[in-house]
Amino acid sequence: MPNILAARSQMAMSLAFHIIFSCVGIAMPLLMVIAEWLYLRTRREVYLLIARRWAIGAAIMFAVGAVSGTVLSFELGLLWPHFMKWAGDIIGMPFSLEGFAFFTEAIFLGIYMYGWDRVSPRAHLGAGVMVAVSGMVSGIFVVIANSWMNTPVGFRLVNGQPTAIDPIAALTNPAALHETVHMTIAAYAATGFVVAGIHAAMWLRERGNLFHRRAIAIAFAVGAVAAVLQPISGDASARAVARLQPLKMAAFEGLFNSGPHAPLALGGIPDVKDRKLLYAIELPSMLSLMTYHDADAVMRGLDSFPEGEWPSPLIAVHLGFQIMVAAGMAMAGLAVWGAWLLWRRRTIFDCDWFMYAMVAAAPLGLIAVEAGWVVTEVGRQPWIIYHVMRTVDAVTPMPGLEVTFTLFTALYCFLGATVTFLLWRQVMLSPAAEEVAALARVRR
Amino acid sequence: MTALPYPLLFVAGILLVALTIYVLTGGADYGGGVWNLFASGPRAAGQRDLIERAIGPIWEADHVWLILVVVIMFDAFPPAFAQIMTAMHIPVTLMLVGIVLRGSAFSFHSYGGGRDSAQRRWGRLFAIASLVTPVLLGVIIGAIASARIPRNPARLSDFVAPWATPFCFSVGLFALVMFAYLAAVYAPLETDDAELRDDFRRRALGAAVAVGLMAAVVLLLSIHGAPLIWAGLTERVWTWPLIWIITILALAAIGALWTRRFALARLCAAGQVALILWGWALAQFPYLLPPDLTIYNSSAPPVTIHILAGALAAGALILLPSYRYLLVIFKSHPERRRLRGRRRGTLTGG
Repeated sequence: MPNILAARSQMAMSLAFHIIFSCVGIAMPLLMVIAEWLYLRTRREVYLLIARRWAIGAAIMFAVGAVSGTVLSFELGLLWPHFMKWAGDIIGMPFSLEGFAFFTEAIFLGIYMYGWDRVSPRAHLGAGVMVAVSGMVSGIFVVIANSWMNTPVGFRLVNGQPTAIDPIAALTNPAALHETVHMTIAAYAATGFVVAGIHAAMWLRERGNLFHRRAIAIAFAVGAVAAVLQPISGDASARAVARLQPLKMAAFEGLFNSGPHAPLALGGIPDVKDRKLLYAIELPSMLSLMTYHDADAVMRGLDSFPEGEWPSPLIAVHLGFQIMVAAGMAMAGLAVWGAWLLWRRRTIFDCDWFMYAMVAAAPLGLIAVEAGWVVTEVGRQPWIIYHVMRTVDAVTPMPGLEVTFTLFTALYCFLGATVTFLLWRQVMLSPAAEEVAALARVRR
Repeated sequence: MTALPYPLLFVAGILLVALTIYVLTGGADYGGGVWNLFASGPRAAGQRDLIERAIGPIWEADHVWLILVVVIMFDAFPPAFAQIMTAMHIPVTLMLVGIVLRGSAFSFHSYGGGRDSAQRRWGRLFAIASLVTPVLLGVIIGAIASARIPRNPARLSDFVAPWATPFCFSVGLFALVMFAYLAAVYAPLETDDAELRDDFRRRALGAAVAVGLMAAVVLLLSIHGAPLIWAGLTERVWTWPLIWIITILALAAIGALWTRRFALARLCAAGQVALILWGWALAQFPYLLPPDLTIYNSSAPPVTIHILAGALAAGALILLPSYRYLLVIFKSHPERRRLRGRRRGTLTGG
């Protein structure tokens, strides 16, 4: 395996693993804070039980997210030392700020997890709010750093070196707003759906169980609001990409030919050799219409760029984009269906079809998140800094990277399997009668 | 005469302070894992339990000090960061594996529930990773201090030679015994059980002797292994006062342990370890990565340094009170803690 491929694979694998933990680590605290707040308002034990169970889930996810995030912060240097040397002083800032946000999150998570009987209820809820807010903020800073790699600003190139560095301009780069909004919403949608879906599966097996019923209500509410907002944010993001990185947009759509009345392709496999999109359903003029709100608008296709600069593999970008959009639309549809049920029947729990759909939709958000990162990361290739530094020029000279790639892959597979098993047993399973009774005793 | 670059010195100082706090807090958490591995005698289970309760609420926050060190490093001194990460690829990777396994195993152990045998396996994995990781951290620091990290490594041997030296491994062992020492000194303050206190008091006294021995070994090996450090530690004006203060603190810590004044012992031991770290930093000042890179010639442009200095100062305003809040909740004396718990009605009734 060539070193550059091994390095890209290791980075992709590390990100794909970490992003699940960071998404759940960002959104799970919000769910648990809502449950605790409901408990403090209603004094119903079931909410306290949900908050405690979800807190355990958040803590496990946070711990693994923290260490896999540590790995990533080192891997920036281990795999891409030339990138860090070149760009560290321009985009180190969001990472430093992320460090502080992450710090706050770790501190208050410690207080939340171990402080149930050490601080007052209000301070405890406050600690949970701090965890939720700082988790969101730290995610935003990391995505800002990524957005800079897509739209690098805040420096002037002189003989290949950056001068006149302006870290604030880098922080507020043109892609920062739409990327951070899209990713943050995605974290809440994905987590809400996966939690609601798993509890729905449990609820379908024991319908009288209030624990799952209340858990579904909270998780689905958060996931549904996010899922409805996401297509709006996605539309804004796509239009921004068309403006800022037209080649990337052409790769999203598998659009080989420039011209007006560009069709919107559903599915399809790009054939790079013959420069055709095979097996796609094409909606005429829709892409021009959606991107520029004008069917006559000219869309730039892949043909207006040299083939050496096309993202590779192109099929990953195109299919990733299709999968992300399809999953996102399905989730938004489910959210609307849920809202309609609530409006017409006052409950979502007496429509079995809906509950089965919720179970089926559980993994959609996480799939969309993974696909979305493939789209944005592979879509930026062959550049590590768009139109400034090629990925191949950033890689470390360290030989034998396939060894570390294999090592981390094995490690993460092991951790992933363990976490899945523990979350299932400690967080999702119906509470045993003793657990409920013990909690009720404690309260009196 | 030009004005001193105060913001740059401030940032470099914060880098050192963050590393110091990481060693004093995160280091002790590693040491706790070491004592988990070597728990013995009739109270072995009690010892493990004490360690787990002591580090549970705080280790994640303690760990973030390391992340802060890394992000300050690559924001403020990108060339030094890139060079270290390139040539030290192997030990850094191994250290990361240790960090991942240790953190995950601890969290699975704490929140995983399940049968005792599974619990024990996670505990064992946590302990072994806690033993290996500090050695690798020490090896990396040793390699930096020995000024042997090449600028353009190419062959595999260039990636091994900088750290595969007796000096680097002696620093690794030194880090390990220091961390174990800190953990043993802190532990008696975590319990009211007199016998458990004495278990850790004995361990702390043993570790104190080991720290002294390793300090001598590292110093002797530095003559050839890290001439810059040897020269720094023997020839500068501050050399002898510093060594005297460290020695006095070490003896005071032993005395305090002997007479069971554990809070005093904690203060002295923490001071001792912090000054050892600063001794290294002062000895290679202004070098960040000898023999080429100083904090002056490898720093980011002033605009980045100024903004970072501002961000660090502002971040500290949020961070330090929060961190203190965490420590006050979980690390104040057990008696005072109980009183506070009683004063407020807490969520589980207490």
